[in-house]
Amino acid sequence: MATTPTPRKMVVVYSRADRIFRRIVTAGALTSLLLLGLIAGFLIFRSSGTFREFGLSFITGSEWFSAGEDPIGGATTALVNADDASVFSIGPMIVGSLVVALIAMFLAVPLSIGGALYIEFYAPRGIYRILVSLLDLAAAVPSLIFGLWGIQVFTPIGVRWATLLNDRLGFIPLFSVEFENFARSPFVAGCVLAALVVPITTSVAREVYSRTPRDLIDTCFALGGTKWGAIRSVVIPYGKSGVIAGAMLGLGRALGETVAIYLMLNLVFDYSFQILDSAGGNVASMIALKFGEATDKEISALIAAGLVLFIITLMVNMIASSIVQRSTPRA
Amino acid sequence: MITNSATDRYQGIEPLRPWAVTRSTRLKNLSRSLAFAFVAFLVTLVTPLAKIDGWAVAFLLINIAWIVGQTSRLGVKERRDAVLRVVFTSLAVLAFIPWMSIFITVLLKGYRAIYPGYFFSDMRTSTPEDEFNIGGAGHAIVGSLIMVAIATVVTLPLGILSGIYLTEVRGRLTFLVRFIVQSMAGVPSVVAGLFIFTTIVQPMGKYSGMAGGLALAVLMLPTVSRTAEEVLKLVPDDLRSAGYALGARQWRTAIMVVLPTVKSGLITAGILGVARVIGETAPLLLTSLNTNGFVWNPVGGTVASLPTYIFSMFMYGTEYSTSRAWTGSLVLLALVFGFFVLARRLGATAAQKAQTDSRKAKKLKKKS
Repeated sequence: MATTPTPRKMVVVYSRADRIFRRIVTAGALTSLLLLGLIAGFLIFRSSGTFREFGLSFITGSEWFSAGEDPIGGATTALVNADDASVFSIGPMIVGSLVVALIAMFLAVPLSIGGALYIEFYAPRGIYRILVSLLDLAAAVPSLIFGLWGIQVFTPIGVRWATLLNDRLGFIPLFSVEFENFARSPFVAGCVLAALVVPITTSVAREVYSRTPRDLIDTCFALGGTKWGAIRSVVIPYGKSGVIAGAMLGLGRALGETVAIYLMLNLVFDYSFQILDSAGGNVASMIALKFGEATDKEISALIAAGLVLFIITLMVNMIASSIVQRSTPRA
Repeated sequence: MITNSATDRYQGIEPLRPWAVTRSTRLKNLSRSLAFAFVAFLVTLVTPLAKIDGWAVAFLLINIAWIVGQTSRLGVKERRDAVLRVVFTSLAVLAFIPWMSIFITVLLKGYRAIYPGYFFSDMRTSTPEDEFNIGGAGHAIVGSLIMVAIATVVTLPLGILSGIYLTEVRGRLTFLVRFIVQSMAGVPSVVAGLFIFTTIVQPMGKYSGMAGGLALAVLMLPTVSRTAEEVLKLVPDDLRSAGYALGARQWRTAIMVVLPTVKSGLITAGILGVARVIGETAPLLLTSLNTNGFVWNPVGGTVASLPTYIFSMFMYGTEYSTSRAWTGSLVLLALVFGFFVLARRLGATAAQKAQTDSRKAKKLKKKS
């Protein structure tokens, strides 16, 4: 038997025009890399003053006081002295961001797994395509509109749920409140955020589930398994990493969400783990809130807050996209 | 060609499907659901479960109870299967409810303040509390479109270049570029706003539409690059080979064969990016702010945009201004959906074209 012939090794020689073309394209592709570097660079550069002054306490402390805001205006000499009294730190905001995002993910992940499984395996073929494009459309709804809807339509319902939770489970510290005003609480904001995140996580989960090898599922049926049996033993294990990645993408989105939270949450600079209380924190919406009337020094602090947010979300997203890349082998 | 004639012979013959749902079963299911819905309504009257969410819980519980009763004579496995079908269906419904509710709310609350002038007039001579037939959001629509146009002009070439890099050039950095593009999709919008604020707004000394457009471009780039890559992947390798076989260099093949094949797909990439960023509010609050009048000059100072218009109208807080905010939302949502449907249309034709092209190529191969 003769050995199998191996393909001849191709030697590619690019002409000069090709080399120029390739270089231009590479440069274009690297702008996104450059842009990411620039964002990080500028944020670090502009926030270095704040970090130098407050150090680590910028992240752990819980006080935000800008002495430069002179109510009368004018008096610049007074401003210079007064500015030294200002303290900036965002500890409660970071914790609050995590709390709200975790509430959202806690609600959104089961919903999107269930929704994705329904669309992929239970939905009648006739409405399958409609559901898939509806999902894409839902992901395109601006978050501002989610915020408006949340405050005008969802809040009464969310408050009722919160009252119920507090009534029945109030003995758990997590669900206790100081004042029985449940509107603009992390719980209600988290519910709206969940509604915002669900389309994203669902469409990732659905895509992963749709890539399950058909013959494995058919094998399950051939062995006498039920549909749930096939889903449990094949589809869910197969799609696990993809669903985790989708959830991470959703988490990144939830952490960086600004306007919806701005409208839905009462920002308070105090560590609080009572999710039904009308007080919470969020880095992104704090930036938007304080930005309007910020002094120069305060703007530097806000940029530092933005840097913290940028690093957190970038880490979450990088983990997500590395999972995605590992789980989808590409040519 | 034997296989072809064999399939031709059976064309038009429908296989029997004894398991298919008949009309009478469907009718029975529907009437049962209606009966359950009514029972659930009765339950809400006598128990603490109240309002529409209480009704939904009651409805779900009744359905599950019925399923459990129905499958009582079957095994545990079958019962679990049947119950989980109901659970997944209700989870899916629950996932879609907020979106449906938003759509309906925007329509119901938004149509009040609409009149033809809404699209052509600005708020210079009217206050948010005026009657609905004075003033409008024309300036905001124009501002939004200008900023989105700036963002598109910046990102579309870059996105297409990165798509070409990932599919045609395939250099050493392919992995890195793809990774960065995916991670960049998660940059919080407010951070993009801060970035442009420090790099453009502060050096220029004023807020401007240009700054807003560039902030949107930062957010738009990942979407455009990823979609462009997906679209370019659709181009069959046959076409590239054909280009090379005709003696074209790589750059010529890329520019004269590959790109024209997916022209509409690349436009789709741009439109999808636009749909993604046109509703972004946070970066615009930091870069272009808001005004009451038409601004045509993108470097001339603050510019209104639909999101900031909605935002400020809503924060104003009176009944009339809130109504205007909802109307703005309606316009914004219509724009987003319009762009989206347009992208879908073009994208579908692009995919079809790529397929037919490759089929034609295969036919040619067979003939020769």
